[in-house]
Amino acid sequence: MTTAATAEEIVDYDEALERYDPVMGLEVHVELNTATKMFCGCATGFGADPNTQVCPVCLGLPGALPVVNEKAVESAIRIGLALNCEIAEWCRFARKNYFYPDMPKNFQTSQYDEPIAFEGHLDVELSDGTTYRVAIERAHMEEDTGKSLHVGGATGRIHGADHSLVDYNRAGIPLIEIVTKPLTGAGERAPQVAKAYVGALRELLRALGVSDVKMEQGSLRCDANLSLRPKAAGDENQDDVPLGTRTETKNVNSLRSVERAIRYEITRHAAVLDKGEKIRQETRHWHEDTGVTTSGREKSDADDYRYFPEPDLVPVAPTRETVEHLRGTLPEAPGLRRKRLQSDWGYSDLEMRDVMNAGAVDLIEETVAAGATPAGARKWWTGELARRANVEVKSVEDFGVTPAHIAELDGLVRDGRLNDSMARQVLEGVIAGEGTPLEVADARGLELVQDDGALEAAVDKVIDANPDVAQKVRDGKVQAAGALIGQVMKEMKGQADAGKAREIILAKLT
Amino acid sequence: MSALSRDDVAHLAGLARIDLSDVELDRMVGELGVILESVAKVQEVAAEDIEPMSHPLPLTNVTRPDVVRPSLGAEAALSGAPQQEQQRFSVPRILDED
Amino acid sequence: MNSDITRLSAAELAHALDSREVSSVEVVQAHLDRIATVDADVHAYLHVDGEGALAAAQAVDQRRASGEDLHVLAGVPIAVKDVMVTKGLPTTCGSKILKGWIPPYDATVVSRLKAAGMPILGKTNMDEFAMGSSTEHSAYGPTHNPWDLTRIPGGSGGGSSAVVAAYEAPWAIGTDTGGSIRQPASVTGTVGVKPTYGGVSRYGLVALASSLDQAGPCTRTVLDAALLHSVIGGYDPMDSTSINAPVPSVVEAARNADVKGLKVGVIKELGGEGYQAGVRARFDESVALLQEAGAEIVEVSCPSFDYALAAYYLILPSEASSNLAKFDAMRYGLRVLPEGIDDPSAEQVMAATRDAGFGDEVKRRIILGTYALSSGYYDAYYGQAQKVRRLIAGDFDRAFGQVDVLVSPTAPTTAFKLGDKLDDPMSMYLQDVATIPANLAGVPGMSLPSGLAEEDGLPTGIQILAPATKDERLYNVGAALEKMLVDKWGGSLLAKAPELTAKGA
Repeated sequence: MTTAATAEEIVDYDEALERYDPVMGLEVHVELNTATKMFCGCATGFGADPNTQVCPVCLGLPGALPVVNEKAVESAIRIGLALNCEIAEWCRFARKNYFYPDMPKNFQTSQYDEPIAFEGHLDVELSDGTTYRVAIERAHMEEDTGKSLHVGGATGRIHGADHSLVDYNRAGIPLIEIVTKPLTGAGERAPQVAKAYVGALRELLRALGVSDVKMEQGSLRCDANLSLRPKAAGDENQDDVPLGTRTETKNVNSLRSVERAIRYEITRHAAVLDKGEKIRQETRHWHEDTGVTTSGREKSDADDYRYFPEPDLVPVAPTRETVEHLRGTLPEAPGLRRKRLQSDWGYSDLEMRDVMNAGAVDLIEETVAAGATPAGARKWWTGELARRANVEVKSVEDFGVTPAHIAELDGLVRDGRLNDSMARQVLEGVIAGEGTPLEVADARGLELVQDDGALEAAVDKVIDANPDVAQKVRDGKVQAAGALIGQVMKEMKGQADAGKAREIILAKLT
Repeated sequence: MSALSRDDVAHLAGLARIDLSDVELDRMVGELGVILESVAKVQEVAAEDIEPMSHPLPLTNVTRPDVVRPSLGAEAALSGAPQQEQQRFSVPRILDED
Repeated sequence: MNSDITRLSAAELAHALDSREVSSVEVVQAHLDRIATVDADVHAYLHVDGEGALAAAQAVDQRRASGEDLHVLAGVPIAVKDVMVTKGLPTTCGSKILKGWIPPYDATVVSRLKAAGMPILGKTNMDEFAMGSSTEHSAYGPTHNPWDLTRIPGGSGGGSSAVVAAYEAPWAIGTDTGGSIRQPASVTGTVGVKPTYGGVSRYGLVALASSLDQAGPCTRTVLDAALLHSVIGGYDPMDSTSINAPVPSVVEAARNADVKGLKVGVIKELGGEGYQAGVRARFDESVALLQEAGAEIVEVSCPSFDYALAAYYLILPSEASSNLAKFDAMRYGLRVLPEGIDDPSAEQVMAATRDAGFGDEVKRRIILGTYALSSGYYDAYYGQAQKVRRLIAGDFDRAFGQVDVLVSPTAPTTAFKLGDKLDDPMSMYLQDVATIPANLAGVPGMSLPSGLAEEDGLPTGIQILAPATKDERLYNVGAALEKMLVDKWGGSLLAKAPELTAKGA
């Protein structure tokens, strides 16, 4: 059972969809961004030194007792409300018992048959303009586990390691697990629905301000369940076909992976079923690099978690007043807000989608508020910064560049002080921590030459040096001016306004 | 009410992560049988309409404010560790991914 | 005055300290001397912290000398059951699996003792993880009953009651999950109180069964129990199940005891078959004394109590199986490598350690609890037990609708011989038949000495039960009865215990 396992057979995606109807179930774990853990007052900051954010409670020391974080319950209720869920009038925590070294008590304090929120839905928009309603089964509160470092063996993976080193800083961080009902009827759109759902959920959670929702840091994690069932004779009969055996793919930690993993599992299940074999009920591990899943642990009666009500905690019974108060704190639904902003900003659908994918809606809103044009704000956040974020596997907000910086940069370009390539250099400087755009431009001496005399001299010099090209322009081949502009810019060491250079060249030659 | 078999006890010991020896298993099958027979008495109570009671006191909504308290510190946290390395708890290799 | 010091009650010691007749260092030293003399025979301590106790005593003496305002009990030393975590002091819970573990934090109860300036003499012996009624399940050997060293001191907190009975501490902290304070009190001729569930913080009490565990005082007098109760009791934000209300006025109740006009219910289901004749006789006498003092005695039926033992031995193991999962050789405590396996996995090390580190009774209960919670059996066992629990609470509600307090014998027998019940778990479990209902319902209970059984000359106890949060009623009735009994005996019952001498002397 290693990643090197022989590749499993798959069938063509379209073929698979001709014969089978995919049914998905998505389980998303969200780490809340509370200041403290779910059941103790330890800090939750990401990236602290190992075992420095721990106490008797989250280390599971003998005698320690949990106390529920008030803010975490509020966040859970707000998430539930935003997902159109019912909020329990009375619910308990339960212990999920199983042994694992990164779980200090060898039980996870979770919720079992009494989740805080249940029976909701989230409407997600698909690229074809249709909307799919994702039915939410439940959202419940629980705690995260510690993190293991596998030592020895070549890969740093669990297999082949000779021992592991555990850091419990993450143990006890509040998690909300959001579980969908079996999602049917998506057909060939299933992978897209999965991606759109997780994306919409991420947007919603960000708007609620309850989580950092950074999939790359694990504050949003997705497990994707999939099963196939034979396609019925007519769509109207499809719901009568019993569900097939499902597999649960873990480790699906980017939006793209969610889509790819579902797609892969559809093709793999179909290959197994085509051969008349049975799907093994198991967990699967997703491998981002190879784009395949591999077999994990088989589900068995070892999964007897022996849930029972957590006796160290008392029930959570939010009053209806509390729930209504929290409902009043919900932000504008992301879908509606998105439509409003798109119209305010005058973006095309495609542009808006780029903004969404870069996770830059809030940033652009702030940047525009700070004085940038919507076009300028979009250009920087979804262009240069998004590109860098992609390369460095970071979020756009991780570079230390603020909306105020971008607004200032945009202003400098609009005022004609910087051209595009200079502005890029300035941004480099801002990212490198050299100061604000203005400070960087000053320090690096970046400024467009505003003196038309110098520019005209350069133009004259270039025309003289390139009589053939100049003649072509005179003959009406205006596009040939480009070559001259390039020379002029070179002559001016980049510190000229290319538009202006073009103007002067054309004025002299036509 | 079924008596526990030796396999049942071995399975339970697995769930409870106790490596019982054969001698222990044999002995426990008998002892647990006696105890189970006795505690099965709870099943005599016809209890359709009785609400299970998990807490002695009817408290609800006990929470704490989301305010950071001091951590133990890594040294104290690791003070009881059978083995440690790189400021982490060193544990034997882990078989199964969860 | 060393030998006299250990005979004083805690209240008397507090008074002597306050009036500077004696220093805390002297008091601590007297107890350390007594421990050195008798504990080789009694084996009530697992760990004696002479140095720490003397240092704490010295600090109190200095503060007193400098005129500081001290807690009324400052300087009175105490022993703590080894199930309470103590920062810097070994805490084993009587188990091999925690051998050598030094907790990095204090239980709330321990913090409160320290805040009051009470030096901690050491940690007392107990059945492993508080599972047992005799201390014979301690991994470190049994404690012996000071009345008869061949007999059990009760359990699980036999150590705490024995140190008090043997004058090795003025008082001690115990914990009571199904009778572990009250039954040892009964068989050692001492006083023990299990407060209302939630009345004393469980933070730092190594959990046996979270919904049943409660810490409380082990003392020689009812007044001492009240004093200790008021030190350790009260709201703790670190325990979600802690009652957010002031400690009941237990000291006042003990000082102004008066049972005139009080309705006392004798529980019909507790005291008949299975109860030793001498236990019953002493109990009847005590009830008669209460009546003479003006209490109205009524018989009360609590029919569901017949199911209490069965429910308890499902709920306790279930919770315990989960609570004890944390002992896995990964973060603290024992780590045992399985024999004959090269390069064992974490799973194998866990399983080997838990087999080697837990004793038979603990393993039995973990397996039983695992079974009761497992899928397919949950409803029939754990679920059904929780329903019985509701019925028992209902019985108490009805009973307390008729009477102010309930009474029964504390334990069905006097102290039995060491080894007598070791091979028969069910008969050991029966020791707690009268004390368990209080834990299931969360109501407070007290055991105080009712005399000596004629047939064996060993102490018997009477149990008083009150409604939840009405702990003061225990002290009112207990102190009134204690006074009448002591008058009748012409001194404390413990004065009748045989003198312990140094081993071999």
